[in-house]
Amino acid sequence: MSLFKLTLKELQGKFTAGEISAVDIARSYSLRLSQVEPKIKAYITLTPKETLLQQAKVIDDGLKAWRKTQPLMGMPLGIKDNICTEGIRTTCGSRMLENFVPPYDATVMGRLRNHQPLILGKTNLDEFAMGSSTEHSAFGPSRNPWNQKFIPGGSSGGSAAAVAADECVAALGSDTGGSIRQPAACCGVVGLKPTYGRVSRFGLVAFASSLDQIGPITKTVTDAAILLNAIAGFDPMDSTSANRDLPDFTKAVKKKDIKKLIIGVPREYFSEGLDTEVFEKVQDAIQVLQELGGTIREVTLPSTERAIATYYLIATAEASSNLARYDGVRFGFRAKESRELAEMYRSTRSQGFGPEVKRRIMLGTYALSAGYYEAYYGKAQAVRTLIQQEFDAVLQEVDLLVSPVMPTPAFQLGERLDDPLQMYLSDIYTIPASLSGLPAISVPCGLSKMGLPIGLQLMGRPFEEAMVLRAAYAYEQATDWRMKRPVIRS
Amino acid sequence: MASITQKEVEHVAQLARLDLSEAEKPLFADQLNHILSYVDQLQGVSTEGVPPTASDAHEEQVFREDSPRECLSVEKALANAPESHNGFFVVPNILGK
Repeated sequence: MSLFKLTLKELQGKFTAGEISAVDIARSYSLRLSQVEPKIKAYITLTPKETLLQQAKVIDDGLKAWRKTQPLMGMPLGIKDNICTEGIRTTCGSRMLENFVPPYDATVMGRLRNHQPLILGKTNLDEFAMGSSTEHSAFGPSRNPWNQKFIPGGSSGGSAAAVAADECVAALGSDTGGSIRQPAACCGVVGLKPTYGRVSRFGLVAFASSLDQIGPITKTVTDAAILLNAIAGFDPMDSTSANRDLPDFTKAVKKKDIKKLIIGVPREYFSEGLDTEVFEKVQDAIQVLQELGGTIREVTLPSTERAIATYYLIATAEASSNLARYDGVRFGFRAKESRELAEMYRSTRSQGFGPEVKRRIMLGTYALSAGYYEAYYGKAQAVRTLIQQEFDAVLQEVDLLVSPVMPTPAFQLGERLDDPLQMYLSDIYTIPASLSGLPAISVPCGLSKMGLPIGLQLMGRPFEEAMVLRAAYAYEQATDWRMKRPVIRS
Repeated sequence: MASITQKEVEHVAQLARLDLSEAEKPLFADQLNHILSYVDQLQGVSTEGVPPTASDAHEEQVFREDSPRECLSVEKALANAPESHNGFFVVPNILGK
């Protein structure tokens, strides 16, 4: 069997047992990338093959006869290109940072590097993580491995496509309003957004600071637990990082039942606009959760319908502030031939940002501007409180919430590009957990008649990733969706 | 409630330090109006006495000791600068000639 088909846990097992070397892994993935990447375009920057083989050799040479290794040693990973990697350019999918080579590693990168993984490259994303399809990347869209005419989701679409296409064994993504879970659902892989504060964002290029969170995109729930173990934990460099006990998340993925767990089904997540096929697959999944011993209870979260409006005011307001730093002075693109500073700022930003980023900066600036601040930004912050309060109350009655990830399967490339609002509406089921900082996972729960993956979302209480993982694992083990792999046609 | 005029679009672009092309102005006005008419639904939500949420940190914000430690070297800090000279960032004239 080809090494690139293995899960992280399987690959780790063979490597630790000494059956395969890091060089074997590097060779296998180099071959896979050369065959598949021209079609899928999951990466913006690939590590050169020679560099990769060299790194693999260093790993192999450093190993003693007894192979006591770090869990991710020699494991081939993809990193979303908004996570700073020292010495490897980090573009954020933008012309603005096309040639930006970070002088330091993000905290998560430092943590990964302690394991000596093989970093295969930096994965594609919508510019500055603003989008749901990767079509807003300045470097062109990635393709859905299940059908290349369709979007891989976004913004972490490159990471999800890379995992689904066996172009890395696991990847990091970031999620602001669904950017890990939605592409994972589109590509039929597992995506976990941890609790806000669980994983350090130091070195993650900021989009909306009150929402951004880094998390794993993997082939299985177990793999997500392994990767979360490596990146989670307190970081003094991120003031929102939580100083909390860190469980071993792999212990959560042992039991194959969910006895005694109460699972809430929020009525508002199954109303108008939900595709029939997605509805049916999620209903089937709820049935499975019940058979696994879960108690199913209908609940209500009435403010759900306000979530998108709330999100698009808060996220754009924060983005307009965060992206003020791109002024052509200290790093990144600078427009040529400006005679004075103010002109240089404007030319740089007008030429360096793509249309979606400009649109969001405009919306956010408007929402924060004099005369509109209270009506828009202030109002959205208050509604955010209501959304949180509803979650808090419901999560006292139930342990987890179950829902679809996206109202439809992946849509076609180009289908929603001219209608920004339509694109935003595809995030309706992922945004509420983001606004409340809750951990949430996407696991595959079926295929549409067209052969496109459908995702199931499980949301939990703050810092209860372990419970989310436990239920997702039990569901995954009771079904065989994880066995289904895309066939990439030329 | 809201309807953003092309003139307001130009004003907001100015605040955001963006130059919009003649083609972009009506397009953004149109798209922003479309989005604003959607987000206007929030005006109907009663939020009297509801405190705003600025962040989802489930923890108190933490501060580290303000003590000297290693930081980026000047070379590294300047490595990505579009233009630098003698350890400084170079910018065009601040006041127009």
